[in-house]
Amino acid sequence: MRPLLYLVTFAAVMALAFWAYRENYATQESLREVRNLQSEIADLREALALQRAEWAYLNRPDRLRELVSINFDRLKLLPLEPGQFGNVAQVALPAPKLPLILDPVDVMGPMTDDNGESLP
Amino acid sequence: MTRTPLRPLARILQARASGENPDLIERENLAWRHEVIRDRGRARSEGRLLFLAIFFMLAFSLVGGRMGVIAASQPQEPKAEASGAQILATRADITDRNGRILATNMLTHALYAHPKDMVDPARVARELVELFPDMDQAALEKRFTDGRSFLWLRRVLSPEQMQAVHDIGDPGLLFGPREVRLYPNGPIAAHVLGGASFGAEGVHSAEVIGTAGIEKAMDARLRDPAQSGPLQLSLDLTVQATVEEVLYGGMVMMKAKGAAAILMDVRTGEIISLASLPDFDPNDRPAPITDKTAEPGDSPLFNRAVQGMYELGSTFKIFAAAQAMDLGLMNPETMVDANAPMRWGKHLIKEFKGKNYGPLLSVTDVIVQSSNVGTAHIALQIGGLRQQAFLKQLGFFDPSPIELIEAPGAKPLIPARWPDIVTITTSYGHGMSASPMHLATAYAAIANGGIAIKPTLLKRDTPAQGIRVMSADTAAKSVSMLRQVVTRGTASYGDVEGYAVAGKTGTADKPKKTGGYYKDKVINTFATIFPANNPRYVLIVTLDEPVEDSGPEVRRTAGYTAVPVAAEVIRRVAPLLGLRPEVDFTPVDQITAVVEDNH
Repeated sequence: MRPLLYLVTFAAVMALAFWAYRENYATQESLREVRNLQSEIADLREALALQRAEWAYLNRPDRLRELVSINFDRLKLLPLEPGQFGNVAQVALPAPKLPLILDPVDVMGPMTDDNGESLP
Repeated sequence: MTRTPLRPLARILQARASGENPDLIERENLAWRHEVIRDRGRARSEGRLLFLAIFFMLAFSLVGGRMGVIAASQPQEPKAEASGAQILATRADITDRNGRILATNMLTHALYAHPKDMVDPARVARELVELFPDMDQAALEKRFTDGRSFLWLRRVLSPEQMQAVHDIGDPGLLFGPREVRLYPNGPIAAHVLGGASFGAEGVHSAEVIGTAGIEKAMDARLRDPAQSGPLQLSLDLTVQATVEEVLYGGMVMMKAKGAAAILMDVRTGEIISLASLPDFDPNDRPAPITDKTAEPGDSPLFNRAVQGMYELGSTFKIFAAAQAMDLGLMNPETMVDANAPMRWGKHLIKEFKGKNYGPLLSVTDVIVQSSNVGTAHIALQIGGLRQQAFLKQLGFFDPSPIELIEAPGAKPLIPARWPDIVTITTSYGHGMSASPMHLATAYAAIANGGIAIKPTLLKRDTPAQGIRVMSADTAAKSVSMLRQVVTRGTASYGDVEGYAVAGKTGTADKPKKTGGYYKDKVINTFATIFPANNPRYVLIVTLDEPVEDSGPEVRRTAGYTAVPVAAEVIRRVAPLLGLRPEVDFTPVDQITAVVEDNH
């Protein structure tokens, strides 16, 4: 019984040592990855700031105004004016839908022509 | 364990037989039993004490060991944790009230040289001069070869320039990273933003410091790494761009030398737009004019809206009328003496073009007709001391509290003494000078129901607290008078359909440096409140030396210059501010609308 216990304990110690060894390297690998990710995040943040600046630069009011006047024939954009405000009452109500045709007789014509003779 | 009986029968019988007392045996056994119990208890207590001793020893050694580790080890950032809140060392962005960027940072590079590492200084100097024509080749070569080991060449390089310098390929040319301030909107809101430049410069980084405007006034906030997030201004970029566009058009059309406009929310004190023309590009801030004879207004850096101290003319008349009504001296219908010209000591007070609106005018008509003499009589009834106190409450005696570095230095020009003639001239805006910003603040007090609030360039979400300078009733009556100036007075071109503009014109002759006034140089101001029935905004438009000469008659009064410009500003800007025009829509019959839609 006792040798078996020793053997099992020894095997367990070896297994734990192997596990700890692997965990150690996995942790170091993770830390390295975190470091890389953080520097990547910093780079992306910087790029984001630059893109925000570029977005603001491309959307500067002077440029938009020039683009509007260059593309006037296509877009026909005009400055917002007081006359463009409306009233709810000015908005037309939706048109009522056609009633359902329930009685087929309503849509049938007589089978005779104007002179009273029956049509073929 | 075998339990020993207290009176074992064998010994008892034996003792009885030998005539001894059997109780002794019982005592003996009892004592023996107690001794066993005591021994057992002691052993257990000793065990407990040992356990506690070990426990405390372990606990204290753990604490001690941890203290030792903390004391002896190098501090280190936790590597495995994702950093949440960022502490950024960069200067904070500036945005408008809707979050659109007004100022941000961009990474570029600076160029420096280690001449001792240079392979061929002569060639480097020649090729650098080809890239940067403003450099001097001979001087550069001399500095490369005079034995120094370090030399700054260029503060900021564009990426293309950096590549070109790389292509020179000399190991003595080196780059250091630089954050530069970028104003993506160019000259829009230039006077508010000011500009930034480098403070202390090192190879690896340089300090960015504000040089003017809000960049300098809020420098500490912008540089504070603990206050993350951009600095949000009260300006609205769209409105600002529109105001500048319209104002520039007006300035060109009226042949003015300069122009300024301020749009202010009367409830919060926020400045929605602050424009001064001519302007400049804060990315490339021009050098200040060093010419001694030049006027400060000649430089585009000069902020007319805040630094420009002008005699604001008849726009001041409403303050006299409002104060007289607030003191209970008059009401809008009270008739006052307006018989022009009026003689006061050796001074003669005349009306515009020598007219006479008198002999009597109601207070309302004094404002509507812009009568100097009528205002003078109102002011004389108020008296100089009370007039000064009122103007001081409105903020005319102190520099504007706005968050610009230029503001504290721009103190209104107040006469040192205050005799009656100063009371008279001040009542119609002559003799004392103030900036358009002061005027906007004072008009905002009228528009805000008589409560004076501080103007601010920072976004505010709640109505500002202020002090009451006149009753709400007086304020409402004053706004009504100003409304009549537009409907039937000097500012008839200022009416914008649907927005009930109220306002007062002001035309002031420019003072000569040598004393006296120019005959043909004026400052025209139009101070407006809109919409009059529920005042929300104050707009001040000032034109410097405008002239309206499209007709046969050359006109220089505000009614023909500043007023149409201001009206156009309101017409364009009010919809952008979300103000709904109050127009009588032609009533549309709903049935008609439906029928039309049926096609």
